[in-house]
Amino acid sequence: MGAFLTALFTGLRLGSVYALVALGYTMVYGIIKLINFAHGDFIMVGSYTLFFTVPVLREAGVPAWLGVIAAMLVCAAVGMATELMAYRPVRKTGTNMTALITAIAVSLILENLAQAIPAIGPNPRTVNSIFASGGVSLSGATLSWATLITIVVSLVVMFVLYSFTRGTRLGRAMRAVSEDKQAATLMGINVNSTILITFGIGAGLAGVAALMYVAQYPAATNVMGTTLGLYAFVAAVLGGIGSIPGAMLGGFVIGLVYSFSSAYISSSLASTFVYLILIAVLLIKPAGMLGKNIGEKV
Amino acid sequence: MTNRNEKKAGGYLLNTLLSAAVIVLAAMAPQLGASVKGVTILWQLCYFIILACSLNLVMGFLGQLSLGHCGFMGVGAYAAALISLAFQRAGIYTEKSGAAFMLVLLICILAAGLLAALVGLLVGIPALRMKGDYLAIITLGFGLIIVNIINNLPFCGMGGLSQGSAAPALYANGLGFVAKQLVSYLWIPVVLTIVCVAAMFMFVRSKYGRAIMAIRDNEIAAAASGIDVSHYKVLTFAVGAFFAGIAGAIFAMCSSTLSTASFNFTSSSILNSTFIVVMVVIGGMGSLTGSSAAAVLLYLLNYTIKNGKWVHALPLFMRQAFAYPMLVYSIVMVVVIIFRPHGIFGTYEFSLYNSVSELFSGKRGKKVPVKEAAENE
Repeated sequence: MGAFLTALFTGLRLGSVYALVALGYTMVYGIIKLINFAHGDFIMVGSYTLFFTVPVLREAGVPAWLGVIAAMLVCAAVGMATELMAYRPVRKTGTNMTALITAIAVSLILENLAQAIPAIGPNPRTVNSIFASGGVSLSGATLSWATLITIVVSLVVMFVLYSFTRGTRLGRAMRAVSEDKQAATLMGINVNSTILITFGIGAGLAGVAALMYVAQYPAATNVMGTTLGLYAFVAAVLGGIGSIPGAMLGGFVIGLVYSFSSAYISSSLASTFVYLILIAVLLIKPAGMLGKNIGEKV
Repeated sequence: MTNRNEKKAGGYLLNTLLSAAVIVLAAMAPQLGASVKGVTILWQLCYFIILACSLNLVMGFLGQLSLGHCGFMGVGAYAAALISLAFQRAGIYTEKSGAAFMLVLLICILAAGLLAALVGLLVGIPALRMKGDYLAIITLGFGLIIVNIINNLPFCGMGGLSQGSAAPALYANGLGFVAKQLVSYLWIPVVLTIVCVAAMFMFVRSKYGRAIMAIRDNEIAAAASGIDVSHYKVLTFAVGAFFAGIAGAIFAMCSSTLSTASFNFTSSSILNSTFIVVMVVIGGMGSLTGSSAAAVLLYLLNYTIKNGKWVHALPLFMRQAFAYPMLVYSIVMVVVIIFRPHGIFGTYEFSLYNSVSELFSGKRGKKVPVKEAAENE
């Protein structure tokens, strides 16, 4: 029972991080139909921001988790910069494939740029512990406060984001652009600035995910975003890309699959199971669990 | 009509002569006093050229982005290493020379290609139901799964063939050439590269190639014209995997040990699926000439950045940027995509016959008017 609960808690905690990242993927994909490969690397950007801000905040006597504000701002700025400098020019001239290759290139640029900055360097950096240790004991397993906070925060973020896209003017503009860019332009929506803001919000969420991730695994490396980003992408596809509750659901499922397969089957094969899920979903129900199936138009 | 036949025959003759000259030169490498270091570069160039060209079949000619290409190379490399090891343990050959060894080598190379093609077929059948972004991710996933499975197969690790436990590295390799052998067997990768690139060139010029390019240009129109889209997609994918497998066999020949870290999606060296994509994009999607040229140029550029003395003469910020060459390449890639979306060569193919005849007839620089050319045919 204890082992089962431990795996469950680990899975839920990992799942919340994946879900937060998947939300960013889903928002960007929904609006410009581009898999933003660099999205995982925004988490790396956020983690390094935390690495620099957490000690400063400690000195000032402020709670360390407030560093998340800086992380969100830096991530959003980086996200918008990539859109302005790489994706927008390519969108004008290129095809879907060139856009995707650009995304891979941007991801490589971010990873290698981080190494090239002298204050960061190629070695892993340890981020000091952010949340207080301790937690609730439950029949042999410990539900730590950090786990609880992670799960609650991701649920709250999802709820806020969902109501944002439903209720506010900007959220409605986003949905309109993702449905039909030309019609949205005719309705007086500034398509380019809407896309830019979507990038900002998606990347900002990666900043929150960075806080949650380094609270669990306190090391920031320049390639940490690659696998994390891939799992989150699998989560987004599993839930139905473009759907906010879907990204959340997908994130939790992937987190649970990962933690249970590494606890009960083999830790070295856990990632294989995650990719097998992706392949199975794409073959059986390509639109995902909560996505809408859209037929191909000639 | 005679002109065209003449041109065709002349082209074959020239290409055969040049290939023969290159092979003879490669076979004479020991007599010419080639160094092991220099020859190793040539070996590596050979598998990079085959790898880039084979990925171009899928990316440039079929128009589908595949991010797991090195996975197929890994299958080929492990297959070649393990099969040759089995022959060695069975006592078919003891020294790396003689007719028996040559036969084993041939079997290994073919088996590497065929096994990779088989895996390509297994991956391609489900994966190619997807398009665009999804296909990219699914091939990426398959590439990682292949590496992960090799890591967990007991006969693919440590001593090989179940001597030891599963591990991400294989320390025994039946056909790994070392030192002087690399020089004396240089002709093998050279012959393989010429044969493979020629075969791929013929493939894209055949009716299969035309069907594939029709799919790239407009899938629905191609299907409406009676082209079996999924058949051709899977076929191209398997053919690409076949040649990647042969590149893997060459890789196995010039390395004494194998490690799955070499076949990952990204890595610190330049042998990874992403970098092959960089080569194809910069060279030109749809140009085998471009892929070969980009493979050679990027490899040599990387080599000189890593080992060259000239880097020290650069200003400090340039040196720091060159400490992470991948940064430079990815920026170059974004610039190329923005300003030349089809790569540097586009779909241009180099033709020896045309360049030579232009050189001799003095027509170089002057374009033959279209009308006149048409009348000549």
